[in-house]
Amino acid sequence: MLVDIQNLKIGFKSRTGFHQAVKGVSLKLGTEKLGIVGESGSGKSLTARALMKLLPTQTVIEADKLEFDGIDIRSASEKQMRTIRGKRAGFILQDPKYSLNPVKTVGSQVAEAWRTHKGGSKRAALEAAINLLEMVKIRDPKKVAASYPHEVSGGMGQRVMIAMMLAPDPELLIADEPTSALDATVQAEILRLIEELVSERGMGLLLISHDLPLVSHFCDRVAVMYAGHVMEELKASDLLSAQHPYTRGLLNCMPSLMHPKERLPVLTRDPEWLK
Amino acid sequence: MTIEIDNLRISFVGREVVKGVSFNVAKGASFGIVGESGSGKSTVLRAMAGLNNDWSGRIAFSGEDAPLFRPPAFFRKVQMVFQDPYGSLHPRQTIDRILSELPLVHGMDNIDDRIAKVLSAVALPQTARFRYPHQLSGGQRQRVAIARALIAEPEVLLLDEPTSALDVSVQAEILNLLADLRAERNLTYVMVSHNLSVITHLCTEVGVMIDGHMVEQVTAEDLRLGNVNHAHTRELRSLSVELEEPA
Ligand SMILES: Nc1ncnc2c1ncn2[C@@H]1O[C@H](COP(=O)(O)OP(=O)(O)OP(=O)(O)O)[C@@H](O)[C@H]1O
Ligand SMILES: Nc1ncnc2c1ncn2[C@@H]1O[C@H](COP(=O)(O)OP(=O)(O)OP(=O)(O)O)[C@@H](O)[C@H]1O
Ligand SMILES: [Mg+2]
Ligand SMILES: [Mg+2]
Repeated sequence: MLVDIQNLKIGFKSRTGFHQAVKGVSLKLGTEKLGIVGESGSGKSLTARALMKLLPTQTVIEADKLEFDGIDIRSASEKQMRTIRGKRAGFILQDPKYSLNPVKTVGSQVAEAWRTHKGGSKRAALEAAINLLEMVKIRDPKKVAASYPHEVSGGMGQRVMIAMMLAPDPELLIADEPTSALDATVQAEILRLIEELVSERGMGLLLISHDLPLVSHFCDRVAVMYAGHVMEELKASDLLSAQHPYTRGLLNCMPSLMHPKERLPVLTRDPEWLK
Repeated sequence: MTIEIDNLRISFVGREVVKGVSFNVAKGASFGIVGESGSGKSTVLRAMAGLNNDWSGRIAFSGEDAPLFRPPAFFRKVQMVFQDPYGSLHPRQTIDRILSELPLVHGMDNIDDRIAKVLSAVALPQTARFRYPHQLSGGQRQRVAIARALIAEPEVLLLDEPTSALDVSVQAEILNLLADLRAERNLTYVMVSHNLSVITHLCTEVGVMIDGHMVEQVTAEDLRLGNVNHAHTRELRSLSVELEEPA
């Protein structure tokens, strides 16, 4: 099992009290594509960050199990985590530009990611970086490699992050909204690329996304989160015909190109869901 | 305010990235922009918002040409919601401080009330008020960015991927809010989005961009029906239709 999370709870102390954000999440992942969808603020990103031990030190984390490939993340040292993060597990963060260094060209950052894990000369690394940028369908990769983060568009920044995470051939890819800034044609090609990596290299994918149709078409399984809980887990291809009232409510809120609605239905949140 | 964009050209250090874009938006209407990543969509919005002083062509609001350097009052009437909410929110300011800034600059009254109202309009809890941006989820930060634009009570909203970080239930609330505001206050919108369902829900007309050019303008209805001319528009449409089918 690549990822084994059992009964994960994450909370924050504040002046006004204690805020429990994740309330007992369990997830397992092998070499497959697991989607996580659900409410904004329901704990999707926190769950992913906990697995990479990337939460602020004062965060209160409890779990019956929190494992990456059999390694207990809770007791892992920072040194151990460094051999996992960015190498065995790539993490594409939700705010791509924010996670890039503003004073270094994007090419040198991708090259650095490559070189840390693969070694070789600086020149070879830069060449590899340009190839990676080409792989994520960046037009004119040489010019983009020489640009600074503030000089690239939203979708380009997102693809630079994807290229960086793919550089070291990770076993697990955690992707938090990786394609939300990409147009449909580029998105389709990036997903095809990730698909290849999953099936050829036997990589596992944890895809966090708000795009229900996309997750349904692309993933194997999907977990639906709401208010710190996993509401249900189902086969991704069954997502659009899910039965849980929360998931039904979500599906109902979507605008549609082919079936326009005058006004979008909104979700009526039911306290029963949390029992 | 009506909006007229005529032969807009924008360059960065000698490289032209917007190559003669023209479109009009009637007062109270909404115009959508879709297209390739890197084609210049955000750059067009930033120039309209007065955040880039290196453009040529014509940008006019209510029939009046916008000067290269906009007067302060302009920034109250025309507000932009940025694509990258993290980058556009000051990391060391609380949400309260971020939301107070424009009302203070423009001498608006009852700031406290306004903040409370705008938070609930974007479905954020009042407790978000005294947090910092990094203590919020991605979608919550996006809603702060929308709230900051709304609190100034603008007449024109320039929206760059305003709902791409939101789950569909919050997205529905925000899209309904935008539609209500447009109906109540006759606001004019220009919205960039990659999601054709979102764009056609809010906008009656859509421009498609590739490599600095607006290669096609179609009505939402024609886009729906497939009455489109450019190959890129057709491809975007068919991918969107495919996704809407059950897996
Ligand atoms: N450092 C922090 N201090 C206090 N609360 C936090 C902190 N980080 C996150 N939270 C809260 O924890 C909850 C879950 O956040 P998380 O980022 O996991 O949401 P999410 O499911 O990824 O949402 P989105 O879809 O909007 O990105 C949110 O209510 C958020 O405000
Ligand atoms: N400050 C800048 N300096 C140099 N080049 C820039 C700058 N800002 C944008 N560009 C370039 O201008 C082009 C258009 O960028 P823009 O951000 O407008 O694209 P976009 O259509 O919004 O793309 P996306 O959908 O990916 O957000 C890109 O090639 C980008 O690299
Ligand atoms: Mg998140
Ligand atoms: Mg953009």
